[in-house]
Amino acid sequence: MFGKLTLDAIPYHEPIIMGTLAVVLLLGAALLGAISYYRKWEYLWTEWITSVDHKKVGVMYILLALVMLLRGFADAIMMRVQQAVAFNGAVGFLPPHHYDQIFTAHGVIMIFFVATPLVIGLMNVVVPLQIGARDVAYPFVNSLGFWLSAAGAALVMCSMFIGDFAATGWVAYPPLSELGYSPTVGVDYYIWALQISGLGTTLSGINFIVTIWRMRAPGLNWMKMPVFTWTALITNILIVAVFPVLTATLVLLTMDRYLDMHFFTNELGGNAMMYINLIWVWGHPEVYILILPAFGAFSEIIATFSRKPLFGYTSMVYATSSIGVLSFFVWLHHFFTMGSGANVNAFFGIMTSIISIPTGVKLFNWLFTMYRGRIRFHSSTLWTIGFMVTFAVGGMTGVLLALPGADFVLHNSLFLVAHFHNVIIGGVVFGCLAGISFWFPKVFGFTLNEFWGKVSFWCWQIGFLLAFMPLYVLGFKGMTRRMNHYDVPEWHPYLVVALIGALIIGAGILALLIQLYVSVRDRELNRDLSGDPWNARSLEWSTASPAPFYNFAHTPQITSLEQHWDDKQSGRAWQRPQHYERIHMPRNTPAGFLVAMFGLLLSFALVWHIWLAAAVGLIGVLITFIARSYNRNVDYYVPAAEVEKIENARYAAMRKAI
Amino acid sequence: MPNSKHSPALPAPTLSTCFIGVARLLRNPVGALSLLALAGCKLELFAPQGDIGVQEKTLILLALGVMLLVVIPVILLTFYFAWRYREGNTKAVYAPTWAHSSKIEIIVWGIPCIIVICLAILIWKSTHTLDPYQPIRSPAPPLQVEVVALNWKWLFIYPQYSVASVNQLAIPVDRPVAFKLTSASIMNAFFIPQLGSMVYAMGGMQTQLHLIANAPGIYHGLSAAYSGAGFSDMQFDTLAGNQEQFDAWIARAKKSPQILDQASYQELQKDSIKDPVRLYAKVDAGLFLGIVNQYMKDAHQQVAMQMPVAAPVPVPQRPRLSAQITE
Repeated sequence: MFGKLTLDAIPYHEPIIMGTLAVVLLLGAALLGAISYYRKWEYLWTEWITSVDHKKVGVMYILLALVMLLRGFADAIMMRVQQAVAFNGAVGFLPPHHYDQIFTAHGVIMIFFVATPLVIGLMNVVVPLQIGARDVAYPFVNSLGFWLSAAGAALVMCSMFIGDFAATGWVAYPPLSELGYSPTVGVDYYIWALQISGLGTTLSGINFIVTIWRMRAPGLNWMKMPVFTWTALITNILIVAVFPVLTATLVLLTMDRYLDMHFFTNELGGNAMMYINLIWVWGHPEVYILILPAFGAFSEIIATFSRKPLFGYTSMVYATSSIGVLSFFVWLHHFFTMGSGANVNAFFGIMTSIISIPTGVKLFNWLFTMYRGRIRFHSSTLWTIGFMVTFAVGGMTGVLLALPGADFVLHNSLFLVAHFHNVIIGGVVFGCLAGISFWFPKVFGFTLNEFWGKVSFWCWQIGFLLAFMPLYVLGFKGMTRRMNHYDVPEWHPYLVVALIGALIIGAGILALLIQLYVSVRDRELNRDLSGDPWNARSLEWSTASPAPFYNFAHTPQITSLEQHWDDKQSGRAWQRPQHYERIHMPRNTPAGFLVAMFGLLLSFALVWHIWLAAAVGLIGVLITFIARSYNRNVDYYVPAAEVEKIENARYAAMRKAI
Repeated sequence: MPNSKHSPALPAPTLSTCFIGVARLLRNPVGALSLLALAGCKLELFAPQGDIGVQEKTLILLALGVMLLVVIPVILLTFYFAWRYREGNTKAVYAPTWAHSSKIEIIVWGIPCIIVICLAILIWKSTHTLDPYQPIRSPAPPLQVEVVALNWKWLFIYPQYSVASVNQLAIPVDRPVAFKLTSASIMNAFFIPQLGSMVYAMGGMQTQLHLIANAPGIYHGLSAAYSGAGFSDMQFDTLAGNQEQFDAWIARAKKSPQILDQASYQELQKDSIKDPVRLYAKVDAGLFLGIVNQYMKDAHQQVAMQMPVAAPVPVPQRPRLSAQITE
């Protein structure tokens, strides 16, 4: 009836986990109670859960990412404390069984449930507005994609309290991840969480390619497309190209674990090297999937706050595209030490170093955007400048690791750990946080508190340096990653500094939360009535803040790259149209949410081999999907009168502001 | 063996030194960090004790140097431009429409291209000279060592001497060591930071690695690929001594009461952590090949372990499936 699931699956004996569970249950109960008390269920259901509005879906993605960031960061702190205390015979407070799950969960959560949703969330918020579209091409699929990602995140959270999570490292190399060496449900949680959220990511990839390809406003040809949209396009092409590889790889691993196949086992002709190649065929483009939209956000921000157009737009476009192409030819650099021949290793080493050319060009272009500008140090400018400095170092250490001869001693060391945190924190996280403080008013209609934003930046920046520079040094001292304890006393002081750095990053996260709280509290003081709080350049700033659900009352005609800036220069901006027309909009639907919830049931049941529940989940998914397919009532028209009313209110407010 | 050469262990930092460090750090984080980095203690990869490690150190420093030529100016320019063109500095030139310059474009594409061409040449050459499969040229004949990663300890077999050891590797200085590596189960990476390159040890497969120690000493060795619960304790000492010291070690191993045959190997390969150093006076010939081929018995209904000498075995150049070895 319950498959492998028994009451023993709940780790009663782990005080840390039980404490967390108590806190989660209390907070959860408080949240549900508050929603009930304030009678917000209907609001939540109609305005958020069933919403297909790309801006709301984007906000939900970012919220998901922030919640998961707290979990991933808690893991990080536990690891840093463990490594700061467990030396010279001390075992620390985390036994390997627990510690190994924590570093696996940290990696999985930070990549799949923090960085990815942050990036997809930003694209959701920004792309349709930048190209003058009313929504994405497939609004229902967008909602479905989000809820599938959320279901994946929920499954990972479940694993903490029911059963265990994978203790394999975040890419789950076999044979360790095979049934023989990982007999518990941990790896199954890993597989199904990634499958369900990966499906969501693939769907949103398809959605955005079609949106950018087909739904650009008239006149918006390729070379008038804002750089953020360009980076989004390339990112989504990469998603569609490589996420199916991840899915297929995990299907093979699933068959090994569930159907006694031997694709990657030691036995019966299986070969782990196939898995390692396949996972990195996905894994390396994945890092560009994450970083490219961050590059896009930095490009928009640096131009806006330097009050100059982006330097070398054409270069940027070609650099972005060539990074996209090159990202497919570098995966082997993740395992130079697996015994490939010198020719193969050298080829992949050179290909990897070639990627630094377009990346370097981008860095120079941002630099020359600042040159002869009038730079305003908004918090998002700080994130951008912090990124440029940090990323230059991270890029350099990346190229160093691309030298097979150097990688032979630095592979899997803390130098590597420092490198990818350097580019992911300094690049992706800084980029998304910069993007959030930049585009926040466009979604919510008021700007974020600057003081706390800057506090957050400085904490992240200083914390990052303290947390990861010592790890570079430890890499040179021969310390490898994922150690639970160690007997080399010289490593210890560096790990203490790293812990202090992590705590300062924690202060940065806290400042971020305070920033959100303070900003919401003081929202009336920081209303953005013009819709263009930064004197910005691209199309999204021409509509109101918050952008109305239909984005633009009239589909804009595009005549230049910096449409809004040029309109402002020529006095065409914010002109009131003579008349309004009805607007065609997608209807909200619970189908995406329901499919994902049945999918969650299906995944959970598959983890525990509860076949009956799995059948219920699968049938639920199929029936909901079929029912949705036959539903013809998926769109409606906003009457011209209503558009006029909304727009009139906006212009009235704007007049008052000016 | 060269116990006398053991470098004196530094005293473990006590809690109070930690606090002093913290206090200092709060006053001057950047200074304290660089102090830690520079004055702390030696960097193993920059104090290599063998030719491979020396070449890799040179390669790292050379590549870093080439890249810093660009990275340092970029960082400095970022700070300079940010300061110079700040909003408040109205004396600085403001060019609100300037967004293109062919000259600058050529330079910003050109500089990374030149750097990468230099790096590409460096990569091509160094990857070939540092290929771990390539034997080290030396008048001395190489010492053969067969390395088996077990859960969770290292087994070293010396086929030329028919002895073996667990969690201790002894090698003579100035004589190349030719390692053959495999794993009995989970993948690991065999790594002695001060000697240079690491290579994966994988089940059912055989990889190779050539290293040399040019100075006597005790070098820390470890697994550099996470392999499960006992991974952190997969540490071993590499005892590098002169020929006499090495011969003495072999002689000591020969006197060990333990031998490594099928029965004792089956016992040894069970999961265990923190295994003490063990020496074996005798090793079954072909034990290593048997471990490489152990996963073939399912496929061929023949226990490769029991008849390892029967089939002529080509020396594999690259990691191969054991299927390719026997067929």
